[in-house]
Amino acid sequence: MPWFINMSIKVLYFASLKETIGRSADQLQAEESFTPRKIWQRLNPDLAMPDTILTAVNMEYVSPDSEVKDGDELAFFPPVTGG
Amino acid sequence: MKIQLFEQEIKPWQEIEIYQQQLAHLNGKYGAISVFVGVMRDFNQDDSVESMYLEHYPGMTEKQLHKIVERAEQQWSLLDTLILHRFGKLLPDDTIVVVANWAAHRGDAIDACRFIIEELKHHAPFWKKEILNSGQQRWLDKNSCGYQLK
Repeated sequence: MPWFINMSIKVLYFASLKETIGRSADQLQAEESFTPRKIWQRLNPDLAMPDTILTAVNMEYVSPDSEVKDGDELAFFPPVTGG
Repeated sequence: MKIQLFEQEIKPWQEIEIYQQQLAHLNGKYGAISVFVGVMRDFNQDDSVESMYLEHYPGMTEKQLHKIVERAEQQWSLLDTLILHRFGKLLPDDTIVVVANWAAHRGDAIDACRFIIEELKHHAPFWKKEILNSGQQRWLDKNSCGYQLK
């Protein structure tokens, strides 16, 4: 990929997590190899990632230690409570 | 298969009847229809609940519901499936969710319906916030397992 194409990772937060953080979304430049855990630490340095957190990349559940790439949509959310 | 999310009231029996009218090609093929309807209570954990707010992740919710139905179709012999789910503000007695399965035989229809609602409860990205009569608001932290013996 040419160096001048500047892509990014879109980060979404939902429900109680969104209220705790006070934001619903972040945008992150993908300058290095990222995982959801690393991205959380980068964007929320003062808040430990909750043990019960769920992570999804491009709307599929993934492990917090899986790879996140340029252009991906990453989501952090608490356990689901629908139905 | 039909999966639809509603911000407005769901009339479950009317929706099921309308959908079944579209299944004329299956007339004579299904011998069982299994239906689950989830309804909002006015109480939870010893508190009176005034209303509820249901948040979801647009796009991922529908994608995960499709995957749940595909998993059910791999395990049971199903002819068709309907899933309807609310989001936004709900009041007690409102229908939250509808799961309906059409199959040749009752075992497939009933077991798949049970599987789909339990999988939905644990994998579809929805979150409930209760507004209590006391004015307190609280997010529910997790869904219980529906298979636990009482």
